[in-house]
Amino acid sequence: MLTHLERLESEAIHIMREVVAEANKPVMLYSVGKDSAVMLHLAKKAFYPEVPPFPLLHVDTNWKFRDMYKLRNEVANDAAMDLIVYQNPEAKEKNINPFEHGALHTHMWKTEGLKQALDLYKFDVAFGGARRDEEKSRAKERVFSFRNKQHRWDPKSQRPELWSLYNALKSKGESIRVFPLSNWTELDIWQYIYLEGIKIVPLYFSAYRPTVERDGLIIMVDDDRIPLMKNEKPIFRTIRFRTLGCYPLTGALVSKAKNIPEVIKETLLTASSERQGRAIDLDPAGSMEMKKQQGYF
Amino acid sequence: MTGYIYKTDASNSQDIEAYLQAHQHKSLLRFITCGSVDDGKSTLIGRLLYESKMIFEDQLEQLSADSKTKGTQNGNIDFALLLDGLAAEREQGITIDVAYRFFSTDKRKFIVADTPGHEQYTRNMVTGASTADLAVILVDVCKGVLTQTRRHSYLVKLVGVKNIVLAVNKMDLVDYDQEAFEKISSGYRAFAKEIGIEEFSAVPISATNGENITKCSEKTSWYSGPSILEILENVNLEQSKAQEDAFCMPVQWVNRPNSDFRGFAGKIVSGSLVPGDKVSILPSGKITAVSKIVSFEGPKNKAFSGQSVTLTLKDQVDCSRGQMITAAENFLQVADQFETTMIWLDEEALMPGRSYYLKIGPQLVTAVVSEPKYEINVNSLEHIAAKTFKLNSIGVATVTVDRAVPFAPYHKNRELGGFILIDQVTNSTVGAGLIKFALRRSQNIHWQELDVDRENRAKIKNQKPRVAWLTGLSGSGKTTIANAVEKKLANMGRHTFFLDGDNMRHGLNKDLGFTDADRIENIRRVGEVAKLMTDAGLIVIAAFISPFRAERRMVREMIKPGEFIEVFIDTPLSIAEARDVKGLYAKARSGELKNFTGIDSPYEKPHCPEIRIDTTRIDIEEAAEKIIKILLKT
Ligand SMILES: Nc1nc2c(ncn2[C@@H]2O[C@H](COP(=O)(O)OP(=O)(O)OP(=O)(O)O)[C@@H](O)[C@H]2O)c(=O)[nH]1
Ligand SMILES: [Mg+2]
Repeated sequence: MLTHLERLESEAIHIMREVVAEANKPVMLYSVGKDSAVMLHLAKKAFYPEVPPFPLLHVDTNWKFRDMYKLRNEVANDAAMDLIVYQNPEAKEKNINPFEHGALHTHMWKTEGLKQALDLYKFDVAFGGARRDEEKSRAKERVFSFRNKQHRWDPKSQRPELWSLYNALKSKGESIRVFPLSNWTELDIWQYIYLEGIKIVPLYFSAYRPTVERDGLIIMVDDDRIPLMKNEKPIFRTIRFRTLGCYPLTGALVSKAKNIPEVIKETLLTASSERQGRAIDLDPAGSMEMKKQQGYF
Repeated sequence: MTGYIYKTDASNSQDIEAYLQAHQHKSLLRFITCGSVDDGKSTLIGRLLYESKMIFEDQLEQLSADSKTKGTQNGNIDFALLLDGLAAEREQGITIDVAYRFFSTDKRKFIVADTPGHEQYTRNMVTGASTADLAVILVDVCKGVLTQTRRHSYLVKLVGVKNIVLAVNKMDLVDYDQEAFEKISSGYRAFAKEIGIEEFSAVPISATNGENITKCSEKTSWYSGPSILEILENVNLEQSKAQEDAFCMPVQWVNRPNSDFRGFAGKIVSGSLVPGDKVSILPSGKITAVSKIVSFEGPKNKAFSGQSVTLTLKDQVDCSRGQMITAAENFLQVADQFETTMIWLDEEALMPGRSYYLKIGPQLVTAVVSEPKYEINVNSLEHIAAKTFKLNSIGVATVTVDRAVPFAPYHKNRELGGFILIDQVTNSTVGAGLIKFALRRSQNIHWQELDVDRENRAKIKNQKPRVAWLTGLSGSGKTTIANAVEKKLANMGRHTFFLDGDNMRHGLNKDLGFTDADRIENIRRVGEVAKLMTDAGLIVIAAFISPFRAERRMVREMIKPGEFIEVFIDTPLSIAEARDVKGLYAKARSGELKNFTGIDSPYEKPHCPEIRIDTTRIDIEEAAEKIIKILLKT
């Protein structure tokens, strides 16, 4: 009898193979976080001995942690897969940034950037590492999540999804986001990383790092682009991250957890949800649903 | 709102390694909540999540804020809001689509699907039910068993959910009255029996107040059974008998990194396998053996049901996506026609006779559904006559696919007997089906006539089938006029076919000579061909001398009344002979050609043909027009 992790693994592999068998031009969205790491690891298993037959796409915002860029390049190299890095040229030109532009930053770099990249390369199916336990509109989303020509998600008319039969048919210009980790929880992800020895960004483990406080979040000073107030000096704290996004928008946890068992231990004891550390998720309720309707993955 | 605080899972964090070890080996139970609108499904799950410490502090804060503005509980905590995550759901206070939530206890991990109660969203309920091991069916103690309770119970039983719990909710509103509970559970028992649910546990609960949810409530001292959570934790998960069945793996994808390696990837749906096992490839039935179970971690010495694997085979056999690798001795069947139970999931009703895509396992084929045998009334369980299936209908119909597919009846294996139907134009998933058994085509020979008949085929072509039978002497102008008729009809977008001595005698009638017997046989065969073509919906133009009234009548009688139009091309012998395009009259006169019509063999003029064309008076254009006018007359 399979354990629940073995069942989740088998399900994810099954989903990935369905996509490769039916898509014209699939791509894997790779954000360098822990979920992406697990998803990529599963892809290697699904297609072994072949290299996963699709490229990795990093929709970059220009504001990720430096450790993330480093790991991204190493990982793509190790996997022998093509890595496409896409930055929305308009966001770049207008110098859209998290300090001045707030929600527009995420919208331009991530949502618009993703849509542009998918259109440019004509990818018709994109794997994403989102999980249903992250957020309540995600909890409602199908594994094969259908998008119209404008990349819009219509939560009120999702296709029925029975058994493990996925309908991957679509018309020209339409696309599908596929979430092989839909049924995984944060704890499952950690446990799998632990069991399989998957390489992740060191920022997930605690270390002595320079920080400042912004809007109640502890923000790591990852480079000198972060505007400091007069006489403000970064304070060193022992911190780690529960999720990773753009560094000026990602709140750190004060923590001593230096390895996976310690992280899991803290996760079990914590009183707050995973997404609490994300500035972009603190918008009013329904915001994730709205972002997804606009084409956010 | 006091009283609801976040509770951490401190006990588990003492010995983390031991915890991980235990957690890793927990079993997984997938369940759903279902039942009628507002019976408290979402509230129950919200409560379960809260009680099992899955709601974090920030989420709880959000929840209490939401409860004040969007709740249905007068500002008190509304647990349903934890589940109803779509804006439209929160606005209306209802569930529209399934929410999947996760929690675990010391004993088990759970994936729960909260399904909508509204009939309109039955397809979303079915989505949740299709993968469930257990269903909690809720009934509002004040409202009792309603149509939706019955519909959901029927669907749950149909898709094969093994374990059923009846949760009689809102007991707080009846002061936890035992009688009210008994009344509902015994009423439900009678219905359940009728639909084949032999066993279920009934629990009196209050989702809002948390009574009998995680532990037994003092308010129902008369109830000695387990709480909802206790049932969920202890229900027997006979991890499907699929494990003991013969090995079967539908091939999802062929792995070919280079010319030396050919692996077959798929998820094992039954049985187990070790390298060296003899296997059969379906539908071809070719026998070979498994050489390796390949994996990222290195070759494996065993694989079993539920795993996604890659296999290599000993021989170079033909095997691709959609085919099956099974134990040489197996329980699979191969067929192209099935009796199925269907659940219709689309606003647009089923169109019997129309083509849909059918997906079964990794195989995508074209399918036609015949007119339903019956629909099931979920209230009375009566079989009612139906011409089609509308949104949310459940019924039985025959499905025919364009090629034979390997399968097993649904009750034997969900993965091998469940399919979806997809609209070929919109690409929506419009129906779900469960194969009951295969039909042998011969038993059902009338099926084709019932569905796609000659009228149907002609209608698609927007015309009435007809045979214009042109008779007349050699050289009378039959072929020239027939050609003109066909060209004009083609320009009008009509589907025609021209039959004449040349295309018949060179193929089908190659074996026939010119004796009287052979001439009759020639015309008989031409008549049969013309008849098939009218069945195909075509307008047939036949040009044959056909000098004898008897044989022309023979053909007329083969064709459906009204569809045979005799056209007499009336050209006097002298004129035909004077034209003598092929030099045949000369040969006949010289005696070189025997039995030539008009010379040494008679031509029997039609007594009353539908059309008579006097070629000495009208030209080809006019003749063609005249024929077409009659042909297209309805
Ligand atoms: N008094 C009382 N009210 C309840 C109880 N359980 C649920 N309710 C109320 O019943 C109403 C409907 O609850 P929901 O949980 O949204 O019902 P549902 O079955 O999920 O509804 P749909 O998903 O829309 O079909 C809400 O106002 C709940 O607060 C209960 O045990 N007692
Ligand atoms: Mg609900």
